[in-house]
Amino acid sequence: MSPADEVISALNVALKGAELSRRGFIRAAAGGGVVLASIGVRAQPGDETLLVSSELNAFIQVSPEGKITIYSANPEMGQGVKTTLPMVIAEELGARWEDVSVLQAPTDESRFGSQRAGGSTTVPRTWDQMRRMGASAREMFISAGALVMELPREELKTRASKVTHISGQSMTFGQLASLAAKQEVPDEDTLQFKSREEYTIIGTSVSGVDNLVISTGAALFGIDTRVPGMLYAAYQKCPTIGGVVKRANLKEIKSLPGIVDAFVVKGNGNPRELLDGVALVGRNTYAVFSAKARLKIDWDTSDAADDSWTDLVAEATRLHGQRGKIQVADKGDVSAEFTNPDNTVLDAFYEFPFVAHLCMEPMNCTAHYRQGEGLFDPDTLEIWAPTQGGGRVFRIAKSMFGLDQDQVTVHQPRLGGSFGRRVYFEFLAESIEISKRMQAPVKLTWTREDDIRHDFFRTGGFQSVKGALNRSGKLIAFEDHFMGMAKDGRAVSGSRFSASQFPMLNVDNAYASKTMFDIDIPCGPWRAPGSNTTAFVVQSFLDEMAHAAGRDYLEFLLEIMGEPRWFEPGNIRSLNTGRASAVIRLAAEKAGWGRALPPGRGLGLAFCFSHAAHIAEVAEVSVDANQKLTVHEVTVAVDVGPIINMSGALSQVEGAVIDGLSTMMGQKITFENGQVQQSNFHDYSVLRIEDAPRVSTHFIQSDFAPTGLGEPALPPLAPAVGNAIFAATGHRVRKMPLTDAGYTI
Amino acid sequence: MAKYAFVINGERTELDVEPNMPLLWALRDELGLIGTKYGCGIGQCGACTVHLDGVATRSCLLPVSAVGDQVVTTIEGLAQGAKLHPLQAQWIAQDVAQCGYCQTGRIMSAAALLAVNVAPTDEDIDVAMAGNYCRCGTYNRIRSAIHDAAQEMGS
Repeated sequence: MSPADEVISALNVALKGAELSRRGFIRAAAGGGVVLASIGVRAQPGDETLLVSSELNAFIQVSPEGKITIYSANPEMGQGVKTTLPMVIAEELGARWEDVSVLQAPTDESRFGSQRAGGSTTVPRTWDQMRRMGASAREMFISAGALVMELPREELKTRASKVTHISGQSMTFGQLASLAAKQEVPDEDTLQFKSREEYTIIGTSVSGVDNLVISTGAALFGIDTRVPGMLYAAYQKCPTIGGVVKRANLKEIKSLPGIVDAFVVKGNGNPRELLDGVALVGRNTYAVFSAKARLKIDWDTSDAADDSWTDLVAEATRLHGQRGKIQVADKGDVSAEFTNPDNTVLDAFYEFPFVAHLCMEPMNCTAHYRQGEGLFDPDTLEIWAPTQGGGRVFRIAKSMFGLDQDQVTVHQPRLGGSFGRRVYFEFLAESIEISKRMQAPVKLTWTREDDIRHDFFRTGGFQSVKGALNRSGKLIAFEDHFMGMAKDGRAVSGSRFSASQFPMLNVDNAYASKTMFDIDIPCGPWRAPGSNTTAFVVQSFLDEMAHAAGRDYLEFLLEIMGEPRWFEPGNIRSLNTGRASAVIRLAAEKAGWGRALPPGRGLGLAFCFSHAAHIAEVAEVSVDANQKLTVHEVTVAVDVGPIINMSGALSQVEGAVIDGLSTMMGQKITFENGQVQQSNFHDYSVLRIEDAPRVSTHFIQSDFAPTGLGEPALPPLAPAVGNAIFAATGHRVRKMPLTDAGYTI
Repeated sequence: MAKYAFVINGERTELDVEPNMPLLWALRDELGLIGTKYGCGIGQCGACTVHLDGVATRSCLLPVSAVGDQVVTTIEGLAQGAKLHPLQAQWIAQDVAQCGYCQTGRIMSAAALLAVNVAPTDEDIDVAMAGNYCRCGTYNRIRSAIHDAAQEMGS
C-alpha cells in the first residue's frame, strides 16, 4: 500500500466506511451531527480526481466537476498555514471555498519555493506569491471563458468558482478547466489583486482543513506513519549532553522479546546532527521502549557538557550593577543622567529560566534508506519528516549521507506542535542512520524523557537594567546589561541582544552591554525567541519606572513611544510608534484601564513589538493571601495588518496567551554537571483547563501587508501579568517562573 | 507472548502480544488504530485516552492483560457510522484544534463526561478535562465545544 492509500484506508477505518464526498469545509448542521465529508488528506497525486484535473499552476488543479485542489506548501504545526495560504489563493482565483480541497504539497522547492516555516514569516513571505498564483489562474479562466462564450475578456470576472459576464451569463471553472490550463500564463507584472472590499474569503472564519481528520483520529502526524515492513526504533543518548558510549549491555538487550537488533551509533559530536547513542530496533514501540529502560550504558563524559544553572545564576548575580565587556549601544550620555542629583534612578535584576518546547507529539521520524546495487541503482531515501525545515532536509541527506536530491523523497506530515523545536534535524538523522543499518524502513520515536532532556531549549538569562527619570517623571536614560548564552562564542537563539531593542531607540540616552556565558546545553528558537524574555524584563521594569515617577503606565508608555514614526523608514518590519500607540490605547480602552478594583485585584499592561507585529495586552488578576493567582481575563490588541483567517487568528492569540501563562507560571529547566534535571510532565508543568483565562482579542486591521501571528502574542503576557500582580499586591515579579516566588495557580 | 481477545469499537479483536504491553501500543502498532496518541507514557497528559466500558482511561499505562472483558472504544469508534459524535462535529465547527495532536484524547475524555452528564457546568468540565494537557492553549474553545455538544445531545 502506498502511504496515500494508507492514509485513505486509515480514514476509511476511522469513518467506518462512510461515504466520502470531497467538500473542503463543513459546519455542523444545527440539531444533529454532520454527515461526514472528507477534508484534507484523502486525495493525493495519483488519486482519480487529480488524474482528470487540469493544472493551472503548481498550486492549483481543477477537475471537470469543478473540484479545486490547492496545494499548501509549508509545514503545518498548529499555526494554521495549511488553511490560511490556500484561502489567499482561493480569494484571488475567485473560488467558492466549499469547492476547495487542500493537499499538503510534496517537498520540492524548485516547484513551490521555500517550504520551511518559522519566525512567523510564512504569511508575509508568501502573501504576494499566493496572490499571484490565484490571480494568474483567474486570468487564465477568464481567457478561456472569453473564448468559449465569445465575449470580451474585460467584461468577465470570476466569482464563486465561475466565470461570469455582466449580462449574467456564466460558465463554471469545471467546464472551463481544461481549456483554461492551455491559456497563456499572464505576465506577473500585469496581475492585479483584489481590493479588501472585494474579499469574500479573506477575513472570514474558516475551520482548519484537517479538522475532520484530527477529530476522527485518522493518520496525519509523523508519528502515525506506517509503511510495509516497518521496524520500530528508540535511541538512547547520554544524559550528560555530548557523552560518548564506551560499552553497553547489548547482548542482554538483544535477547529481550520483540527486539530485532541493538547497536552503538557513533555520532559526530554535533547535537544538531548526530550524537553518540545506542539504537534499539524491534517489532513494536513497546518492545523498544521497555528494552530502553533496561539498557546499561557506560558513558565517557570527559568531553561532555558540564554546565550548571546554579553557577550561571551565581555569576550573573555577581555581575548585577556592572557593565558587560561587550558594548552593544551607546547613545547620549547615560552616566550624566544617572549622576544628576535632580533625577530619580532605579535599577533591578531580572532572571528567566531555560524552558522546553514540550510539543505534544514527541520527536519522531520514519525513514527508509534503501541500499542500491551500484551505478545504475543508486541508494535511495524516503523519509516522512516531521520538520519545519522544508527543503533543508535534502541538505542533511547530502551533507550527512551523501545523497543527491534525486535520490531522496521527502513527505511532510502535520506537526503535533513545534514552536521552533523542529528546525533541527537530529531525530531525522538518527532515523536515517538506523534505517541504513537495518536496511529496512524504521520509525524512530523518542520517549517523552528523551524529548525533554534532549531539547534545544529556550535559553535562560539575566538582565541588569537601570533607568533615570527627570524631574517631570520622564524616562531620560536607560541602561541594560544583558547576560545571555553562547555556544562556541556565538550567541544562541534568544540571546541575540541588539541595539534596536525597545526602548533604546526611543530614549535620548541609552547604553547597552552584554556578557555571554559559553555553554554546551543545546539552545534553539522557542516561540518568539528573544522577545519572549526581553519583553518580560523591559515591560516590567518600565512599569517599575512609571510607579517610581508616580505616573500611570499607560500614559508613561505612550510618552516613550512619542510621535508616530517608523524606526527604520522603509522597513515595514520595524517598529512603528503610531501602530504601537494605537494597540496600547485599544487594549487599555477595551480592558477598562483605570477602573477601580477591590483590594487584591489589579490590571497590568504590556506592549511588545516582535515578528513585525504590534501587540498590547492587559491582564486582570487577583492574588489571595496564600499567593494563589487567578488570571481572570487578558485583553489583547493586535496590529498585524489585515487578518486572513479570523478563526485562526483568534486561536493563535488565545493560544499564545495561555501558553505564555503556562510558561511563566511553573516551567523551568535546570541542569547540573551538563545533565538536564527534568524529564516528563510530573516535574515540568503545563497549565490546565481550569486555569485558562478568558481572552478577548481586538484587531486593528491596518492597510499594511499581513504579517505572522504564530508567535508575537506570547511575549506581552508575562509582563502584563507581572505588572497586574504588582498592582494587586505591591510585589514585583522579577524572576520567572512564578512558582519559584511562592505563587500557585 | 499471550493471546487476548476483546471487543474494540464493536468488533471482536484478537491480539498476540506481551502481557505487559500497554493498550496504547497494542492499538497503535498492532492494530493500526493510530488515533490514540502517545504523549508522556506516565498517565499525565491524556493524549492516550480511550474508553473502557465507557469510562475514560489512560491507555499508556494499562497493560493489555488488564483489559479483561471490558469493552474498548477508541476515537475511531466514536462516530456512529457516517454520523459524527456531536463533540467531533463541534470540534470542527468551532475550529478547536491548533496542532491537533492531543485532541483525540480530549474528545474521548469529553465524550465520557457527556455520557453521564448531559448538562455539565464549567466546573464539571474542569474536573473531567483536568488530565488533558494542551500546549497550544485551545482550552477556551474546548469548553465552548463541550457545552454546545451537550446542548445538542440534550435537545
